[in-house]
Amino acid sequence: MFKKWNEFEKGIWAEEINVRDFIQKNYSPYTGDESFLVEKSERTTTLFSKVEELLKEEQKRGIYDIYTNALAGIDCAGAGYVDKDNETIVGLQSDGPLKRLINPYGGVRMVEGAIEAYKLDVPKDILTDFKKYRKSHNEGVFDVYNDQIKKARSAGLMTGLPDAYGRGRIIGDYRRIALYGIDYLIEEKKEYLKNMAFPFTEESLRNREEISDQIKALKKMKTMASAYGIDISVPAADAQEAVQFVYFGYLAGVKENNGAAMSLGRTSSFLDIYIEKDIEKGLINEIQAQELIDQFVIKLRIIRHLRTPEYDELFAGDPNWITEVLGGMGQDGRTLVTKTTYRFLHTLTNLSAAPEPNMTVLWSESLPESFKKYCSRMSIETSSIQYENDDIMRPMHGDDYAIACCISAMRVGKEMQFFGARCNLAKALLMAINGGIDELTGEKIIDGIDKIDSEILDFNQLMDNYKKVLSKVAELYVNTMNSIHFMHDRYAYEAGQMALHDGTVGRYMAFGVAGLSIVMDSFSAVKHAQVKVVKENGLTKDFEIRGDYPAYGNDIDDVDYLGNEILSFFTNELRKHKAYRNAKHTLSVLTITSNVVYGKKTGTTPDGREAGAPFAPGANPMHGRDSAGALASLNSVAKLQYENICEDGISNTFTVIPEAIGKLDRHRIDNLAAIMDGYFGQKGHHLNVNVLRKELLLDAYDNPDKYPNLTIRVSGYAVKFNKLTKEQQMDVINRTFHQTM
Amino acid sequence: MIKIHSIETMGALDGPGIRIIFFLQGCPLRCLYCHNPDTWKPSGGSNYSAEEIIQKALRYKPYFHKNNGGITFSGGEPLIQAEELLQAMKLAKENGLHTALDTSGYYTCKDSVISELLKYTDLVILDIKHEERNMYKKITGLEIDRHKNFKKLLEIAQSKIWLKHVVVPGLTDDVSHMKSLEEEVRTFPLDRVEKFELLPYHSMGQMKYDELEMEYPLTGVEEMNMEQLKELKKHIKLDCLI
Repeated sequence: MFKKWNEFEKGIWAEEINVRDFIQKNYSPYTGDESFLVEKSERTTTLFSKVEELLKEEQKRGIYDIYTNALAGIDCAGAGYVDKDNETIVGLQSDGPLKRLINPYGGVRMVEGAIEAYKLDVPKDILTDFKKYRKSHNEGVFDVYNDQIKKARSAGLMTGLPDAYGRGRIIGDYRRIALYGIDYLIEEKKEYLKNMAFPFTEESLRNREEISDQIKALKKMKTMASAYGIDISVPAADAQEAVQFVYFGYLAGVKENNGAAMSLGRTSSFLDIYIEKDIEKGLINEIQAQELIDQFVIKLRIIRHLRTPEYDELFAGDPNWITEVLGGMGQDGRTLVTKTTYRFLHTLTNLSAAPEPNMTVLWSESLPESFKKYCSRMSIETSSIQYENDDIMRPMHGDDYAIACCISAMRVGKEMQFFGARCNLAKALLMAINGGIDELTGEKIIDGIDKIDSEILDFNQLMDNYKKVLSKVAELYVNTMNSIHFMHDRYAYEAGQMALHDGTVGRYMAFGVAGLSIVMDSFSAVKHAQVKVVKENGLTKDFEIRGDYPAYGNDIDDVDYLGNEILSFFTNELRKHKAYRNAKHTLSVLTITSNVVYGKKTGTTPDGREAGAPFAPGANPMHGRDSAGALASLNSVAKLQYENICEDGISNTFTVIPEAIGKLDRHRIDNLAAIMDGYFGQKGHHLNVNVLRKELLLDAYDNPDKYPNLTIRVSGYAVKFNKLTKEQQMDVINRTFHQTM
Repeated sequence: MIKIHSIETMGALDGPGIRIIFFLQGCPLRCLYCHNPDTWKPSGGSNYSAEEIIQKALRYKPYFHKNNGGITFSGGEPLIQAEELLQAMKLAKENGLHTALDTSGYYTCKDSVISELLKYTDLVILDIKHEERNMYKKITGLEIDRHKNFKKLLEIAQSKIWLKHVVVPGLTDDVSHMKSLEEEVRTFPLDRVEKFELLPYHSMGQMKYDELEMEYPLTGVEEMNMEQLKELKKHIKLDCLI
């Protein structure tokens, strides 16, 4: 028992590691409005203006700086500051701001590519030893891939696979450091290790080794913090320490790993307990409380990773997906919204709109009305928030889950996922027509599929063939993922992040799809119109469509439910193949910004989409085809089923002009909240909300300097508009803006 | 069967809250500034039964419940199909939907049908084309009498009322007109008039005339200046003016 715990309400959290129990016993739900919020403090103002200068310089240079004294690691660098006197929360990845770490564990080529592309000035021999004595995850994966996987990969049937970079998607329970202190966590791990009994098998030996690595990582975290003169071996004593310790946990994660998406988790209502305690005791006031959160968020905004320009082009704007979930309801019916939930969202006002941290509100019918309205207002003002359905996730994941990356739910500290990017459903459809041959290269990718010879496509025949392709793709995909994660555990294990999990963790294997709306519309076209194939040298290259067909996005059941048919078939096929470490198979409909790249790699499709044209993002209907208004479009997407079919999430991006949701601000606020109640009430899973005018984006397209902070939500995250490529900007502009006349 | 020109599933201006709007086909008025000339002809559009309309509207009920949203019939001139519309309105109320009618008040059916219809209409959004007979004819091409009749029927009904009027430069933007407009609004049952809105003329409708290869009656007329509109509003002393 720690003395520091005396002022808290006791529970099982004091006997075992159980942050949820601590929150439930000690937090204060807040149902009031935003009127208590304050502006940023003077210290924050000074610090933030320095950071803004640095960011401007970084935008010019591409990469601001690189750290070359050592390779990435939890304790790879001493202390670093932006402006020591004004920093309430300290800690940088290296010895200076925006200095990127060299992390070759995921893949050496990613590092070399970045150094070359950005012409970075690094010592020539920086990777020599690593290459000589160590092996990267990327090398391991390619040692075991077979030809079929390699072919499917280069054809773009599977894309974005984490086989050349860090997989990410792991959320350490960073709150544990603040509540228990590192020493307690080490003792727990030692105890766990001690209790692991014989026999020593391959599996149990791997577990033992991992736990030992976790203990070492925890010790390194103490070293890292001590460089700043801070002792994290014991629990946090006050609000400042609580925020600081949580941040150090996250910092250790992003120093150790260059993972694609590393979420923060669910910290705000945990931190609120410390903040409200200090306010109650008169130790801090609201300005200082806000300062803690503002400064925490500033630190999160300057996390950087070294990646290649191609990687950044795919995902646009250097994203880290530092996802923080906000709000939601507890299982006892109390809301998990606290004043600090507001303080987090308020950083979008104090520090202007920005993509990071990835603010994710867990929406529930039962959320306090004033919180719904505040979120709605902030979305209208900043277009920086995404919403996810707490009412469908809470029954599956309890009330202490967080979101990895964009839409992947997992219990904090108890579950992790093996990230699997996505496969291209539209390309698979073309392979069903072309007998497993890639429509662009003519190369055979999938064996054992008959070509469709008829001139006019037949729905049943096409569906039969498509399912054959999908079941082959499923086998290929699971085995590819098994290769990737076996090697990632072996060569780029996230010991620090996993140290902040229980000894025994639940694992998901998260598969994904892109191009769903194209496949749905294609089948609808084949069913309701006449689709004639146009061949070139025996390969179907084009289609002639005669007549109209109902398109996905107009609330027409006949086409909308095709989505579930295809997704549930694919999920079931995936489940037929055993996943590495007995992970549970899940599926997402999410593209991020890769819908543009996927489009480039896919020929003309039977729905009338031309070769090379972008896909719709995530689960969105194709742009321009959802012509019955925004709510019809939302209703269509809401029909895609989360439970049992797409348990890794269904992403929908909703863009509306302000005038379309009401005349006055208060109407817009009420109406946007009503739209979300309606969408989530019908079990819609996820919604990015953009409230923007097309003219504004066109102006920003031409004059990027005028809009340095213009932030928009794309599939699952937010980006600064001027960090998108021109092509991606045009894609965003061309998508459906819902408006009424 | 009701002839529907088009459906908008997310309206936020035509009544309280979120609205599903059914634009009915057909309108005998030829308002100079009309931006939906494609809804004029009485033929065309798709046929929907009252049941089909309500079934469709009910799919959007989850978006309505907290902010009094619901169904709005607009057009075209919805009252041209008043008898059929009555069935849909009744059914809407039976299903607990808030109902709104966006109209110029021009109808050709019997008064009793309109009175019956208004029983099921929670809100009437009435467009005052002009308060004065000659100007009304100049703007719409029709006589004002039917509009005046509708007004009488509306007076004895229970529906809430939103009034609107389009301000067109050189046509309806003079100060004396503002004053008589105020007088006109005062002849409505003010306890039920929730708002009165002056809408600035915009030329976005012109595109549709071009598409339909029709001559645009207001060619050369500038869009209404918002500052000027603000000035004009000062001459109207009504609480319901927004």
